[in-house]
Amino acid sequence: MALSRDDIQNKISEVLEEALGVDQDEITQEATLIGDLGAESIDFLDISFQLEKAFEPDCSPDRPFKIEQGELFPENVLSDAELVENGRLTDQGMVLLKEKMPHVDFSEFEADRSVSKISELFTVKTLVDFCERKLSVCAA
Amino acid sequence: MRWMWIDAITDYEPNKRLVAVKNVSLSEEHVHDHFAATADEPALPMMPNSLIVEGMAQTAGVLVGSVNAFREKVVLAKIVRVNIEQDVVPGQSIRYDATIERMDDAGASTTGTIERLDHREGSWRPIGRIDLIFSHIDNNMSGLEFPEHNFVFGENFRTLLRTAGLDSVCG
Repeated sequence: MALSRDDIQNKISEVLEEALGVDQDEITQEATLIGDLGAESIDFLDISFQLEKAFEPDCSPDRPFKIEQGELFPENVLSDAELVENGRLTDQGMVLLKEKMPHVDFSEFEADRSVSKISELFTVKTLVDFCERKLSVCAA
Repeated sequence: MRWMWIDAITDYEPNKRLVAVKNVSLSEEHVHDHFAATADEPALPMMPNSLIVEGMAQTAGVLVGSVNAFREKVVLAKIVRVNIEQDVVPGQSIRYDATIERMDDAGASTTGTIERLDHREGSWRPIGRIDLIFSHIDNNMSGLEFPEHNFVFGENFRTLLRTAGLDSVCG
């Protein structure tokens, strides 16, 4: 049976508690992973591994819940001079980021495009959306 | 010379599991300071838990490095969990049993158990576990560049593998 959004959220909360050492009540939908929950870059690898493990039973073996490197948190966009200019994403950078992160709502970010605000895009809700989207494919 | 915290590899299952042992000796200077006698207390030499973590990191690190024949620079990125329930004192031995849990281009997660041998008892007893995350730093550069040669796995590690009869693993 497909997981409900609440089930997905509960599994993600457990992963975040374990990976980031945060309390359950800190894990709100709006909480940003980096700013509010204190995630560092290596934590994204830990979170990816733990999500794969948590959702493994919900997917068929021939379509595993596999998070590719850079899928959750694009790594190369910010260091590419063609994609960032004066600390802001270029049009090309914006297109690439949207393409790489279809699970993220860019509506507020797009007005400013400041690279320093990219970390604010990664909220708990983003993570739930990301996993729900992946599960719709792998558990179908 | 890199400070080695494992003495020998005793078991190896390619891409999966590696076991190493460390004999703790009173001739190692660090146990003299950990803990040295004070005005109120006698000396209490024991293996520092931080170095037990390093021993597991070296065991699991060799295992992770061996998967790609030591072409990757494998560095300890995160200590996920450490639970050490009993002390290890000079004359005792530690056994690190590390298993790869997950691995991809970015890095690997490992789980590991620690056992202790008291030679008077003559049997190994579990005393804790250590779970770690390793990064393949050439794939997580974030704009940084590292030397081309593999500075992580030097001659000491190759000697360990060779003396365990695992020359072929060195690549």
